[in-house]
This record gives sequence, structure tokens and C-alpha cells, in this order.
Amino acid sequence: MAQLTQPPFPPGEYPAVVVGSGPGGLQVSYWLTRLGVRHAVISADRSPGGMFQRFPVFQRLITWTKLHAPAEPDSRAYERFDWNSLLALETEHRFLVRDVMNADSYFPTRDEMETGLAAFARQAGIAVRYGTAWEATRRSGDGFTLTTSDGDYRCKVAILAVGMAQPWKPPIDGLAEVPHYVEVRPIAHYADKRVLVIGKRNSGFELADGLLTQARQIILVSPRPAQISVLTHSTAAARARYLQPYEDYVLGGGTTVLDASVQRVERVERGYQVHLKGTTRPSDLLLEVDEVIAATGFAVPLGDLRQLGVATFYQNRLPAQTPFWESPTVEGIYFAGAITQGAIGLKKYGIPSNSAAVHGFRYNAEVLARHIASKHFGLHTAPRVLQAGDVVDYLLTAATQAPDLWNQQSYLARVVEFSPGEGILDRGALPLAHFADAAGPDSAAITIETDAAGDIHPALYVRRRGQVAEHLLPSDPLHDFDTQQHRAQAHAALSDLTG
Amino acid sequence: MAATEDVIGTLASLALFADLSRAQLDSVAHRMDEEWFADGQRIVRQGFSGTGFYVILDGDAVVRIDGQDRARLSRGDFFGELSILLDEPPVGDVVALQPLHCLVLPRAELSDWLMAMPSVAFRMLQAEARRLRAASQWRS
Repeated sequence: MAQLTQPPFPPGEYPAVVVGSGPGGLQVSYWLTRLGVRHAVISADRSPGGMFQRFPVFQRLITWTKLHAPAEPDSRAYERFDWNSLLALETEHRFLVRDVMNADSYFPTRDEMETGLAAFARQAGIAVRYGTAWEATRRSGDGFTLTTSDGDYRCKVAILAVGMAQPWKPPIDGLAEVPHYVEVRPIAHYADKRVLVIGKRNSGFELADGLLTQARQIILVSPRPAQISVLTHSTAAARARYLQPYEDYVLGGGTTVLDASVQRVERVERGYQVHLKGTTRPSDLLLEVDEVIAATGFAVPLGDLRQLGVATFYQNRLPAQTPFWESPTVEGIYFAGAITQGAIGLKKYGIPSNSAAVHGFRYNAEVLARHIASKHFGLHTAPRVLQAGDVVDYLLTAATQAPDLWNQQSYLARVVEFSPGEGILDRGALPLAHFADAAGPDSAAITIETDAAGDIHPALYVRRRGQVAEHLLPSDPLHDFDTQQHRAQAHAALSDLTG
Repeated sequence: MAATEDVIGTLASLALFADLSRAQLDSVAHRMDEEWFADGQRIVRQGFSGTGFYVILDGDAVVRIDGQDRARLSRGDFFGELSILLDEPPVGDVVALQPLHCLVLPRAELSDWLMAMPSVAFRMLQAEARRLRAASQWRS
């Protein structure tokens, strides 16, 4: 007989509250639970999945999951090749997006992603109070009160995992009347029409790619030249999967890609008139088109956090964050999921982190949970003790295999601490920006980095008496960083610390 | 991209961009990214590869070499270019002394950017000459 069950986490007092049930909220809740931090998870949604319940518009993701990869199928190293599944210590809770995918593509469909995330929430036992909308925030005592549609939640620490979920448009005359990416009509609506897509990032190219078979002509416009991932070595640029419209343009196929800023959009009887000012080639242009779509990105739905003192940047779209994803202006307010892209890191060679995507922020979540557990609740994870003779092995094996280093290049580091009293301690993954800038005992950190030439190589950072020095290790054509050459250089860099 | 009227207005007032037309200023603002740094945050790190080219729009910073403060940077000043032009890691830290608002250009784009705007390259050369003169006076 079916039983009615009460939703979890009724309003009340909790040490921590997580807001959001997308992959960011689920992943941070998983680690908080494993670390013993009691917390509530609330979500305005009715089920897990976050933005993957609605986007991308044209169904398949741009993050891959390789069913066959050069790593043992259920190993930690395999995570590097499955960008979509959430992480768990238990083998049976891992790689759940892979397990629901068929072999048609190595990009999962939106439905496969949503199903995999729901399976993770169910199997890993992530409890969420769904249908509970966060509405307001105020300081109370040494923490916060979150007012929700179900009542008040008091907490010491609030973790916002609400996604880059709010459609955003730049302040351009007339653009408010133009549909945003999230309001795109069924594809048949654009049949035989001249369509202007504003924006040349992934959502703009995704729309153009989806419309190629229907639209009479597609014009993509934004001030900056298109940034292409294979050239910038970054997932923040337009991905290869969506580049068909760009090839169409460069080969003269009819699609047009313009570098221009939109000055004004006017609704006219048969569509729109759009006034443009060229950037790379200065000129004034007037376009007449049937449809305009603003693929101009998203902002974080911060509610009243700005009034609480949370500083923002990136045209007020993202909260500023410390390397541990805490608001630098309101202690105790943390961010998880895609919002963690606001902790920029070192951005070496101009390459940002992958924190905007699941395969990046899922690793931030464990580091974040460990930091919160330790800083706010005194729950410390006992570090593994290493022998001096094992340090170079550990660091180079991590460089060759560790998925957190590969997926969060120049951003997360594996850290080994040389503690006079406690021996050599494995501190796990930490933000490189924290390691580089914070004081601390003599330590070594290893990362994976991509340089201007596109070479992927390890970088070893060594802190001695408070000063951090960088040692770039060589690249390798097969990305094997555990060679004699690497060992010799790592030993030389660490010889005085490892004895 | 950093395309706001405020940014373009600020660029127009900086010596580095004094010879540019409105369309060129617009192009600079669109080509560079805006970044914000908190008080005390390091922007460039001594000995670390891969830094970019920065122009300060607002706020003050300090150049710190081996822990010693050597020069103060403020609105209109720029940094990171020597490391890029010489393809060597920076010889000092640059640390924000207060909330700092900058434009940044990835290092791979600096050469083309300067070639496309010789007047900016000339103004940069003048600034480097002033820095060299100041350093020579300091040493003598």
C-alpha cells in the first residue's frame, strides 16, 4: 500500500543549508554528508537536474562521456573521460550518466543527463526538499535566515547552488523586446527566415547549428571575433561540435559571422531592423531580418544577496569569490556548481577553469565541502601520511592520471605538505590560487597546465619558507608524465624536502 | 568582453590610448576582458608563467620584488607586458592595494594587438622609457 511520506528538511535550524538540486547542489550535498556536516537541501524545482531539465535547447550536451576510454571502466582515472557523471566514493554510485547512455553519440542527450542525475540523487541517497523556493535572506546571530516558500531556515553556512540560470541581456536599446535563447520557438518557426543570432559563444553557435537545416540565412553577431576551443585550448570558447555554421561562413555557404556591436534593435512590420557598428572592421551596418534571438548568456539568480553585501562582477552577473568559493564580503555565504566559475584562479595563458561545467565543478565540490567542514564545524579529514621515497611517485602518478588535475587545469592542485611535526602529509586537492598565495609550511603542489603552444604538461610548485617557486615539467606526446626525465626533474626540485 | 560606455570613456582618458579614435577605443574595449581583484589579491606572481597584459582602469597596485615594494601602479598604468614580450616569467608580483578594476588581454594576443595599433605601441614605448630613466636615476 502506498504511503504518504513527509518531505525532508522541514523549516528550522540546520548547521548548513544548500539551495539547489542541480548537479552542483547534489554533488556538494553528497560530500557534506560523507564528511559529517548536517545540512538541509532545498530546491524550487520538483525534481533533480537543474538547468538540464530544460537546456540545451537542441537536446545534446557539449560535454562528452566516452563509453570506451584509455582507463579501467570503473576506475578513478576513468572520470577524466566521463565529463557528465557525478562523483562518489562507492563504485555503484559512479558513472551513472555513462550507464544510461546508448552508444549513438559520446555527447549525452539532455534526457540521458537528467536521468543520470536523478539516478545519482536516488542511489546516493541525496535528500532534497523539492518545491521549496528560496525567497529572502537576512543575517541572524552568527549566521543567516533563509526565508522560503515553506518557512524560515536558520543556518551558520549557506551554500548557493542555483546555477547560472537567469537569462541575461546587455543593456542595448530595443533588446528587451527580443526573445532570449531560453525563449527560442520550435525549429519549424524559423523555416525559410533570415535569423540574426546575437552572441558567438556556445549558445549562439548551438542555435545556429540547430537552425542550419531550416533558416534561409543565419547571421551571427557579437563584438569580438569568434573564439574557437581548438584554437584557445579552452571549453569556454565555441566547441567543435557546433562549428558547422562557422565552416559554412568561411566557405561562403551563406551563413554570416560578423564582428560588430549591436547599437539598437527596432521592431518593424515584417521583423526587425538592427543597427550595428563593426569592431574588427569599423563600419556602420543596418540589417533587416525576420527574427532575432539573444544568445547573450546568463546570470546567477542572486535574489537579495547583493543587498546583504555580496559583491558581484562580470557586469553584475556573478558573485565575487575567494579561492574556496566564499563571498569575500559576506563570510559564511558559499557558492557551488556552475557559479564557482566566479573564483577565477590563475587563468594562466588566459585559459579559464572548467568550473562552469559539471566536469570541473564536481571536483570543486569536494574541496568546498572539506573546507566548510573544517573551517566552520571543526570536522577535519585526517591526511594520509606519505614516505619521503613515495612523494615523487605520488605527484607524477597524479599528473598522469588524476581526473581532478586534468579537468581543472591550472586550477586545482594535488598538495603534499612537509610538516616538521607530523611528517609528509597528503593534503589532497586544493585550489592552486590558495596554494600560491596563502602562507603555509613547506609544501609541493602539482597541476596539469596547457601553455600558449597548446602543450599539456605538469607544473610543480614548491613552497619553501613562504616563497612559492614554479617548475614547469616537460610535456610528452602521449601524456605520460611518469618518465625518467620527469622523475629526475621532480627529484631535483624536491631533493632538499624529501631528503 | 568589456563593452560598456563607462569602460570606453575611461579608456579615452588614459595616456596609453590617447591617440585612438572612438571606433578604435570601442574595439579595444571589446577585445579585452574586464577583471576585478580584491584588496591584497595577487594579480601577477613572480616567477609564474602564463600571465596576461593588464591595464588599470581604477584602483592602485604595487609591484613587489622578492617581498620589497618597488613601484606603485594606478589608473592608466599597465603591467605584464615585459613578461610577454620577453617570453619570461615576471620578475615581481603585482598586488592590489585596494579593489582593482582592470582590462586584461591574453598573452597570445598582445603582439598582434600592438601591431594593429602602432600608436599604442609608441605610447607604451614612451612609458617604458620613463620607467628605464627612473630606474637609471635610482641606481645612480
